[in-house]
Parts: sequence; structure tokens; C-alpha cells
Amino acid sequence: MYKILIVDDSKLARMSIAKVLSTLQPEWSRIEASNADEALALFTREQPDIALLDFNMPGRDGLALAAELCALDPRMPLALISANTQDEIVARTHEIGAAFLAKPVTKRALADFLSGAQLRLAAET
Amino acid sequence: MLSSTVVLNELEIDALTEMANIGVSHAAGSLRNMVGEQVLLTVPSVAIVSRSEAARVVGERDADKLVAVHQAFVGDISGRALLIFPEANSLELVRAVTKGELPLEDIIELEQEAVAEIGNIVLNGCLASMANMLQRSLTISLPEILRGTGRDFFDASAAAGSEDAVLFLYINFIVKQRDISGYIAIIMDLPAMASLKTLIRELIERTNGEVKADVAH
Repeated sequence: MYKILIVDDSKLARMSIAKVLSTLQPEWSRIEASNADEALALFTREQPDIALLDFNMPGRDGLALAAELCALDPRMPLALISANTQDEIVARTHEIGAAFLAKPVTKRALADFLSGAQLRLAAET
Repeated sequence: MLSSTVVLNELEIDALTEMANIGVSHAAGSLRNMVGEQVLLTVPSVAIVSRSEAARVVGERDADKLVAVHQAFVGDISGRALLIFPEANSLELVRAVTKGELPLEDIIELEQEAVAEIGNIVLNGCLASMANMLQRSLTISLPEILRGTGRDFFDASAAAGSEDAVLFLYINFIVKQRDISGYIAIIMDLPAMASLKTLIRELIERTNGEVKADVAH
């Protein structure tokens, strides 16, 4: 059982990710934030295990947030979720050590990321 | 006029904005592949405004003449999509897409055709992904090039007055290394709004599905 942080400025997008997630891992708990500041506050308070971040958000974008989360907890599996699949963004995501998932996110893509994330988390304990 | 406006609630506006964000992000991906450099996007903005306000938003940054590639879309929802940039950027855009392989006189000769094709790819990418999300097909017209100011673009096809309210959705794009910037705008007349609202409600219901009850905050 893991706790997963979903960050997206769009409620529809959070609903969409939550729906896919609930079919894959119905037992996991979810926490949601709509921007980078909220996400950092939630991170400190709730200590999630995995984070899924939107790229294009008002204020700091998902890549900036990913870098900050990574500095706070280098071992937390992170994925950037965006319809903006330009090479530069995918490359920068991988440089940070995060996964890139195309939006709208599919069950298959999220399942693959979560399997990898679970392996990494299990290896640490 | 405004009294007959179909009101979208917060979640419906959210869904519309997210749909636009996905559509424009796909379109930016096509543009990126054409120019070979990253295309930066702003967060999309959606508002119900008068035609003249929409024209002001597009015109305010660029006092100079603008070029727009324009495509109409017809289906369960109807409206127009425009790719707009300063006329001064037009040659540079064509130069970027042709990877600097052509002499200036060829670029000038090609400009009209190339700009129409760039617009066609970008706008189709945007409209097609929005149509897919709404699960409806849209008929998209051939691209047409307009030259002038924001006012010309938005008042041009207005059957009624320029104070008519429209749904106006726009996003800014920048190709930094080329100093090219512009807008992708979608404009819909209010009669199209009632059907848009229905389609957005359906989209929300499909998305929401069975997780309604168990969201933990």
C-alpha cells in the first residue's frame, strides 16, 4: 500500500489520473494538489511514496516541481504527465530521473510506471 | 445578448481548459517537429468575451500587422481556429521550417503556401485531439490566410455586431531561438455553447466514472 501524490492544475486531469489509478491500485491512498506550492506543503505533511506531476501549470511547472521534490527525497519515484511530448521536455524529464507519461494517461503506461516504482520502493526497504 | 449565455460551471471550464491544453500541446509538438526547436507554451486561457475584446487581446502586444491562418470547424460544435503571429515573423517561420536550405527569393515565393500548411498541421492537430476527447468528429475547412489586425480577424466573419459574446480560448507560443511568437486561438459563437456544454458534461462523466466517492484529499 502506497500513498500517491497527484499534482495538476486541472481537476478534470486529476480525476482522469485518479480513475486509471483506482482501477490499477484501488487500495492505494491518493492526495491531490493543484500547484507546486500546494504540492510541497502536502509532501512535507503527508510524506507520499510516489508522485505524478502535470507539466504545464500556472506558477512553477512540473519540471521545476520535480527537481524540488527530487532534492527533498531523491528516492521517490516521479512521473511527469503531459500532452506536451516535445523532445526537449521528455529529455529534461529523464535528466531529472523522472519518467515521462503522455496525457491523457493510459492504463498501460501508468501500470508500467507503477510496476517500476514499486520495485524501486521495495528494493529500498 | 449576454442574458442568453449558457453558463459553464467551474468544473466545466476546467475541463474545457484542460481539453484545450491537451489539444494545443499536441499542436505544439507538430510545430516543434517542423521548426526543429522547442516551442514554449503558456497556460491556456478561456473566457467569454465580446468579439472586440477578443480582438484587443490578440492585438494588444503587437501593434504591427498580423498574419492568421484560419480554419472553420463544423460538427456538434462549430467555430473557428486561428494560428496568429506578427507578419514580421512569417518569413522566419518559413525559414525555420525549410531548415535554412532555401534562398530568400524562394522563401518569399513559398511564404503563402508554407504558412497555410504550417497552420493546417498545427490547427488540425489541436482540433483533432479536442474532437477525440469529446468523442465527436469535426469537419475542418481548408486553411485560409488572413492579413490585418486582431479586429479584422474576429469581426470579419461576425454575422452580427462586434459586441456579440463569444467563447474565446487562447494560448501563447514562443520559439525562443527564432524569436517567433504568436497565438493559437479558438473562437465559438454562443449558439454552439449549449452543445459544447453537453459534450463537456459527457466528458466529465466519462472521466469521473466510478471514482466519484473515494477521492481522498
